[in-house]
Amino acid sequence: MAENPIVAAVERPQAVAPQEADFDNRNSDWFIDKAVQILVFLGGISAIVFIIGIFVFITKEGAGFLFADLDIVEFFTSPRWRPTSEHNPTYGILALVVGTASVTGLAMVVAIPFSLGAAIYIAEFATGKTREFLKVLVELLAAIPSVVWGFIGLTIMNPLIIQVFDVPVGLNVLNAGVILGLMAAPIMTSIAEDALNAVPDRYREAAEAMGATRWQVTIRAVLPAAKNGLLGAVLLGVGRGFGETMAVLMATGHSINLPSSVFDSVRALTATIAAELGETAVGSNHYMALFTIGIFLFVITFIINLTADLIVRGVRKG
Amino acid sequence: MCLRKLSFVALAAIVTGLGTVAEARTVIQNKGSDTLVNVAQAWAEEYRKVDADVAVAVTGGGSGTGIAAMINGTVDIANASRKMKEKEINLAKERGQNPIEHVVGYDALAVFIHQDNPLDEVTIEQLAEIYGEDGATENWGDLGIEVPGCKDNTMVLVSRQNNSGTYAYFRKAVLGKARDYKLGTRDMHGSKDVVDLVEKTPCAIGYSGLAYATDHIKMPCVSKTAGDSCVAPSVQSASDGSYPIARPLLMYTNGEPEGAVKAYLDWILSDTGQCIIQKKGYAPIRDVACN
Repeated sequence: MAENPIVAAVERPQAVAPQEADFDNRNSDWFIDKAVQILVFLGGISAIVFIIGIFVFITKEGAGFLFADLDIVEFFTSPRWRPTSEHNPTYGILALVVGTASVTGLAMVVAIPFSLGAAIYIAEFATGKTREFLKVLVELLAAIPSVVWGFIGLTIMNPLIIQVFDVPVGLNVLNAGVILGLMAAPIMTSIAEDALNAVPDRYREAAEAMGATRWQVTIRAVLPAAKNGLLGAVLLGVGRGFGETMAVLMATGHSINLPSSVFDSVRALTATIAAELGETAVGSNHYMALFTIGIFLFVITFIINLTADLIVRGVRKG
Repeated sequence: MCLRKLSFVALAAIVTGLGTVAEARTVIQNKGSDTLVNVAQAWAEEYRKVDADVAVAVTGGGSGTGIAAMINGTVDIANASRKMKEKEINLAKERGQNPIEHVVGYDALAVFIHQDNPLDEVTIEQLAEIYGEDGATENWGDLGIEVPGCKDNTMVLVSRQNNSGTYAYFRKAVLGKARDYKLGTRDMHGSKDVVDLVEKTPCAIGYSGLAYATDHIKMPCVSKTAGDSCVAPSVQSASDGSYPIARPLLMYTNGEPEGAVKAYLDWILSDTGQCIIQKKGYAPIRDVACN
């Protein structure tokens, strides 16, 4: 009894081995299996290939300027971006960096309360139809094209800001910040909601068992447990803000300016590339300087997204 | 089987179809200036009625794009709202092209202000102080006017992105070659955006092609210096050369035009062609009677 299976296990390979040598059982299923394997593998590594490809491409296009004519100190400390001047072209992106940062900063001030509030409501309080309806609505909001947002900024927000705040021009940090905040909020809401849903129900049950109210459960138990995920959501929103182009091109006023208040017009890094690259002679210093801005943007968004990813991963492991 | 047969038939039909089109038609490639693109399209459409065997393919992209295509020899006609630079002409000649310039119309660059702005006339010198680097004019009070609805009389400068033909022409014509724009102008992406912004901003001043003007915007007349007569921007004043900031609209051909290209250009310069450009808000090269 006890010996039988062992004998069988030892003998079976011997019995099977000649079979394998005799019969090639690679039928069509086997080939389909292999083909799909290869396809999926290619799909899996394509993201890496593309990222590396893009980085190599923008570096190559910007290299002639980056390593030859670029005065790195002037590039980062001068606000004078005047690449098409006839007699004295200057390449300073300080005003553009400050512009992007100020708009993104204000956008986060607008978006964080909205998106976290919405995420907490959807994940913790809303039920049934309300919840499904809100989720669809948030996704719809994320689908509005950025040029439409920009158009709203240019034609509706501009006169509104002039009237309400009695300022000379309505295309400014405030306008772009609000628009960008509304644009980033849906994505942040979705990711924050995922983070809240990832908190195991036993946390909530334990807190309720101890007599906590719904609000206390959310504030004391769920939010602390989801804080890494929420931070990740905020950082992805920041990344979105840095990378957004069309809306900020139209709503900031596209003016080279170091802002002293939210009512000053500014200009963003991305918008500068979008507005100027189209008509720039390929290979000129102006062209390569724009690609150098591209490298700078790439590095910044890469760092932000990587940080966000590491933080979100942190919460999954914990 | 059936499906395969069907698709084969369809393919054959497409191929023969393409064949007949390519046989019957000469295609003229026309590319360049966004200022001219609307007119160029109108010309191309109208010309189809004149000569059905010639198709004109029009694309925009800007004067720079058109000129680059001319240098590379990939277009028959390049549209430009600025003259080719000497560097560009030399480059084209190195590559075996010989760009010939044809003036097909004129464009008045109008100065745009808000409807409520009391400014009626402005001189080129004043414009230079308004737009030029280190210019003395910082607000509307410096011009001696009070703009209703404009906080602190601040002047909101509206300009174009720094590689547009309009931006370059305005700089040359108003600021002079050696001077740059002030930093902090709002650089709009397209003439339409300039008009949109100025329309809704009492403090604003901007410039763009006359063709983009609307009824909700005011255009002061422009004089060269304080003593000169002040000329309002119009198709008429751009055409007769009395308006001081009008620029020629150009088409470049590779070598003296011949064949279909020559016929097309001749038609553009005829009364019919010139009436079309006038209807689109630009100035014809001479007086034409249009109905």
